[in-house]
Amino acid sequence: MTVLAEIAQAVIDGDQTRVGDLTRRALGEGIHPKTVLDDGLVAGMNVVGDRFREHEIFLPDVLLAARAMYAGLDELRPLLAQEGIPSIGKVVIGTVQGDLHDIGKNLVGIMLKGAGFEVIDLGHDVAPERMVDTAVEQGAAVIGMSALLTTTMSVMGEVVALLKARNLDGKIRTVVGGAPVDDAFARRIGADAYGFDAANAVDVVKRLVGRA
Amino acid sequence: MRPLGERLRTGEVLVADGAIGTMLFQRGLKPGAAPESVTLERPAVLEEIAGLYRDAGADILTTNTFGASPLRLALHGLDGETEAVNREAVRAARRAADGRAYVAGSCGPCGRLLEPYGDVAAAEVLDGFRRQIAALVEAGVDAVIVETMTDLTEATLAVRAARETAADLPVLATMTFDPTPRGFFTVMGVSVAAAAAGLAEAGVTAVGSNCGNGTDQMIAIARAFRAATALPLVIQPNAGLPRTDGGETVYDETPAFMAERAAALLDAGVSVIGGCCGTTPEHIRAIRAAVNGRAPRP
Repeated sequence: MTVLAEIAQAVIDGDQTRVGDLTRRALGEGIHPKTVLDDGLVAGMNVVGDRFREHEIFLPDVLLAARAMYAGLDELRPLLAQEGIPSIGKVVIGTVQGDLHDIGKNLVGIMLKGAGFEVIDLGHDVAPERMVDTAVEQGAAVIGMSALLTTTMSVMGEVVALLKARNLDGKIRTVVGGAPVDDAFARRIGADAYGFDAANAVDVVKRLVGRA
Repeated sequence: MRPLGERLRTGEVLVADGAIGTMLFQRGLKPGAAPESVTLERPAVLEEIAGLYRDAGADILTTNTFGASPLRLALHGLDGETEAVNREAVRAARRAADGRAYVAGSCGPCGRLLEPYGDVAAAEVLDGFRRQIAALVEAGVDAVIVETMTDLTEATLAVRAARETAADLPVLATMTFDPTPRGFFTVMGVSVAAAAAGLAEAGVTAVGSNCGNGTDQMIAIARAFRAATALPLVIQPNAGLPRTDGGETVYDETPAFMAERAAALLDAGVSVIGGCCGTTPEHIRAIRAAVNGRAPRP
């Protein structure tokens, strides 16, 4: 097995220590950091995402894999920055104002990072202004919003309206998700897309930034 | 009334109440506010809702304490009120029960993931459940119902806290499952068989499932539980899965539909039938009639 395949396998196994060690070894062998990211860490996380989507594995496995992936990312991040290699896109995510449920949103953040995105996670109970302001300040291409409550999902529409009011619609794209949200709701509030689960959200965001 | 535990042991079928959260929103609960905040501010609202379910024929009224463990109340800055929130919710349900229904103290997930997957230690979660359940028991619940769990470790901690606090009190425990090609699992990967075994070992009086599924999936879940355990079963389906229609949240299963399917739940050996999200006093009334229309179990 190549060291890159070993990294991918260690991510799948959720073995934090091994991912850190192998990432350092790969870099020591002169493998480019971007290659370690794409063919090692991201490749492993893609397998994890697929297996989660197919219900072969569950949330604990994904969380352990994510932690292992972060151990590798920590090694790579300064090198990638040095080389001026951009992430494949910046995404601001958060659970909308009035809503405290963030397990689903966290999962989307993990999967986005695993797919190579830079993720700015604003946490839960995030006001529309803060979502939009952060996206502008950070130069994010996409805002991802989550809601579990039927009573808070309307806040998603406020974010979309705020972007429109500031002439940012089309420049900053929106994707919505969460238990009560569906495609029809996304269309009705004018969001650019709907992600039905964490893995699907990654596909959708990739499409929005032209990386699909 | 005979003790609830005795009626469960002898195989009697009992009807539990339906949703509380959606009823609270209809009565002005603000989005994002803790449903438990109503308990301290407007306990009469809780009494009214519980009374509607009692009049609909529910044998078991659930307290408005689903999120009343101190860990979860802390998200709303209410953890200092843990004792009062639990006590007053029991009192409201007890007033509504009026000697004609049992009061079950609801205990939901703490809202955080346990180590090693999350950031909270099992000991802290256990302490939280102990504090909540001690308040429920002191206020005089007839049973504790641990609900909507997805992590078996967390569920067993809650059961343990209940068992330690009141060894004689019935403890009902339900988990929330998703259908997968390999059967039903919680999002944390717990199968129905694993849930049945783990909860039985923790000492529950009855096991089962609530939330996350409509009635037809719940029939399949009930059968899976029956294949895995001889314990009495508790099933509380949603009135279908929520969808939005013109900005309104809609649950498609009617009272008549749920009542008609109740027969299959009883055939699967379910002892306690109630409702979760989207169910109303009308659903419970229809289920009550369906249960009454059945011949007693041999």
